[in-house]
Amino acid sequence: MRKIGKQEIEDISIGAALLGTGGGGDPYIGKLMALQAIEEFGPITLLDANEVPDDAIVVPTAMMGAPTVMVEKIPSGEEATIAFESLKDFLGKDIYATMPIEAGGVNSLLPFALAAKQGLPVVDADGMGRAFPELQMVTFYLEGLSATPMMLTDEKGNALLLNTIDSVWAERLARGATIEMGGSVMLAIYPMTGAQLKKSSIQGILTLEQEIGRAIREAKVKQYDAIDAVLELTSGQRLFQGKVTDIDRKTETGFARGIAKIEGIGADQGDTLELFFQNEHLLAKKGEKVVCMTPDLIAVLDADTGMPITTEGMRYGTRCVVVGMPCHSMWRTEKGVATAGPRYFGYEFDYVPLEQLSEKEVTSQ
Amino acid sequence: MTTYRIGIDVGGTHTDAVLLDEQYKVIAEIKEATTQDVSTGIYKAVNYLLKTSDVPRDQIRYAMLGTTHCTNAIVERKRLNKVAAIRIGVPATLGIKPLVGVPDDLRDILGKHVYLVRGGHEFDGRTIVELDEDHLYKIAEEIKGQVDSVAITSVFSPVSTDHEVRAQQIMQEVLGEDVAISLSSEIGSVGLLERENATILNAAVVNVAKATANGFIHALKEEGVDAQVFFGQNDGTLMSVEYTVKYPILTIACGPTNSIRGASYLTTTADALVVDVGGTTTDIGVLANSFPRQSSLAVEIGGVRTNFRMPDITSVGLGGGTVVRVDPDGKVKLGPDSVGYRLTEEALVFGGNTLTTTDIIVAKGMAKIGDPAKVAHLSATFVEEVFSHITEMVEAAIDRMKTSSEDVPVILVGGGSVLVPDQLKGASIVMRPDHFGVANAIGSAISQVSGQIERIFMVDELGREKTIQLAKELAIQEAVGAGANLETIEIVDFEDIPLAYLPGNATKIKVKAAGDL
Repeated sequence: MRKIGKQEIEDISIGAALLGTGGGGDPYIGKLMALQAIEEFGPITLLDANEVPDDAIVVPTAMMGAPTVMVEKIPSGEEATIAFESLKDFLGKDIYATMPIEAGGVNSLLPFALAAKQGLPVVDADGMGRAFPELQMVTFYLEGLSATPMMLTDEKGNALLLNTIDSVWAERLARGATIEMGGSVMLAIYPMTGAQLKKSSIQGILTLEQEIGRAIREAKVKQYDAIDAVLELTSGQRLFQGKVTDIDRKTETGFARGIAKIEGIGADQGDTLELFFQNEHLLAKKGEKVVCMTPDLIAVLDADTGMPITTEGMRYGTRCVVVGMPCHSMWRTEKGVATAGPRYFGYEFDYVPLEQLSEKEVTSQ
Repeated sequence: MTTYRIGIDVGGTHTDAVLLDEQYKVIAEIKEATTQDVSTGIYKAVNYLLKTSDVPRDQIRYAMLGTTHCTNAIVERKRLNKVAAIRIGVPATLGIKPLVGVPDDLRDILGKHVYLVRGGHEFDGRTIVELDEDHLYKIAEEIKGQVDSVAITSVFSPVSTDHEVRAQQIMQEVLGEDVAISLSSEIGSVGLLERENATILNAAVVNVAKATANGFIHALKEEGVDAQVFFGQNDGTLMSVEYTVKYPILTIACGPTNSIRGASYLTTTADALVVDVGGTTTDIGVLANSFPRQSSLAVEIGGVRTNFRMPDITSVGLGGGTVVRVDPDGKVKLGPDSVGYRLTEEALVFGGNTLTTTDIIVAKGMAKIGDPAKVAHLSATFVEEVFSHITEMVEAAIDRMKTSSEDVPVILVGGGSVLVPDQLKGASIVMRPDHFGVANAIGSAISQVSGQIERIFMVDELGREKTIQLAKELAIQEAVGAGANLETIEIVDFEDIPLAYLPGNATKIKVKAAGDL
């Protein structure tokens, strides 16, 4: 157990942007909401997963919808409170703590804003270890937990209870309701016991994000290489360094599908890396060779500062280092790969872990 | 009868001015040191232009000014208006109050009268909740006599301006016409906090803009010039004085924009990289289709995140006044500090004690500035070493701004461009147009006037083709109304956003047309 104050939030937001793998929504809004809540209600308690009693109820919280809407129609801060109160009534049990469902991007920070307001602790764990676009793309689902009963709430005070036959249906119905409610909603989702939490979550992820953020922030002052420090923390590897020379974006079905071309500089002079993204980076090809693919993490970092760059922030001439980081082992199971592997996103490749890719060729099947 | 025009660009180091005839031929040009009060520098420049040319004063019809007054006021936190900030969007948006994330010293000045009101729209144009007009009337009564400028920001106003416009009516009804009102929908795009910040900053610099405009008009009158006055804005087109004092924030990046436009005109090139070397910094921008490429990222002004369109510029700390140092271990270090406008006192060639990049160029024999004898003692090897540093700095910056590995044309402008050699890595050709030292003032003088419309059309009524045509015609009319010559007008910006959930295939269309005066 430890306390989370303003500096911790600042650092976590940098780590969250990095594990957002280019998507997940800019943590900026979540950071400001958390900072404002801390200013009003004081620091937040962060618990280790093993500090949660086995029979206690933990409910993750997150936003769903278009990040573009969220940066314009900023939440009131009451949405999550209403979602929690309504779900508590429905379950007939007290909620012991909250946590992120998604540690990448804006959803890493939103649980802190709620926790400060509600006087709840936050559990140092999530269900992705990164950012993914769909509700069933979580380790809770891989472990057989149900997304529902879940609550969707908007700033107007509407609260919607969903009880669905599986998480894929939850995703489908929630997506439609989100549009009708104004394009951005808050969720209370995947209610679970302490015992289930310990078995199905990715633990220590918020602490890792804080360490990543601190490593990047202090690099300049302490004069070490920020990117090396990040790779050490995440067991990652440098995939490529270069500058962005072309970005082809298309928005289809609510996802920004695109390809970014990066021309090599330094050691990679003469080579080209292609990044395939749909909000998040999902696949990296160096020439004809795939060098990293989902569910492993691909992040683009500013070559000078090591700061993560989002897919929206990538532009011509950006000098960057592309890094690959291994995902949590739960994603490397058959069900994990079926849920969030390259084929699910429409790329014709069989998943090969990052560590093996550096040793073998992968071409289209 | 020939008509003439004056173009002025006020930079951090120099105030540049040109006098052009109808064919845009340069009749007179001058570089004056920018003065502490800015206005004196403008006076001097205008005075010089008129003294050295025998142009009849009544034939000077237009005067264009590009200035950094507003930027300086924000950066220095000086001479700012008393502002009320009204955000329309409750119950949404309460999770982040206005001015959060703005530096404390600025928040203290701008955050004295902040109000949150019920209202706002969804992304598709539906209202979130009804606008609370009673509350707006109460606020207006409360701030009466307390503020002289009001910033109004409503959720999704880029999609529907209804609530902002209504709030403006209420404010004016109670406060009268003397209080300036800034609407966020006129300034920025989607992204509430950044747009709100930009609107509050805009409200804060209204007085500075008014004083600048009046000072400029006054300076011209003193010299017996009765010209129509325009201000340059970020996108490379002109604004009337009336519009400038309403939306001065839009002038904030006109300096680099003017240089890029001037470079384009002087070389008759539509696509190139423009390298503008001043006294302190080198700005590199991209000329695409005769206009500066716009940046798509949030831009910080005085430590505040904003999101209106700015030219995409990369700056490096290299200019004619950049200080040259040698580390104890013999390594050459350039800047980032500069002697700036004190170059003529502090550089070696002017008898000063500071080694600058200008001294290096003189020692290398590339330019005749000051007294070359004063740098004769510098060793040739040392001079070459520093010079290769300068070249590498420029080449790296050029490479950052290129969009492909192919070589591109490079245009060198600015008084400090003598520092840059004729051969550059990544450049297919290096151009140095005549009058390169005052390209920014020329860019200011030749700018076009624009007209813009932004409204929601029911596309089903006329069909898509005809609707777009109609929107373009309306924008062209606006440009003509602002003083553009119909024969030269082109559509320079077009954007349409379909709005779901509204009958009649409602689409928001934004068109900008620009033409010569």
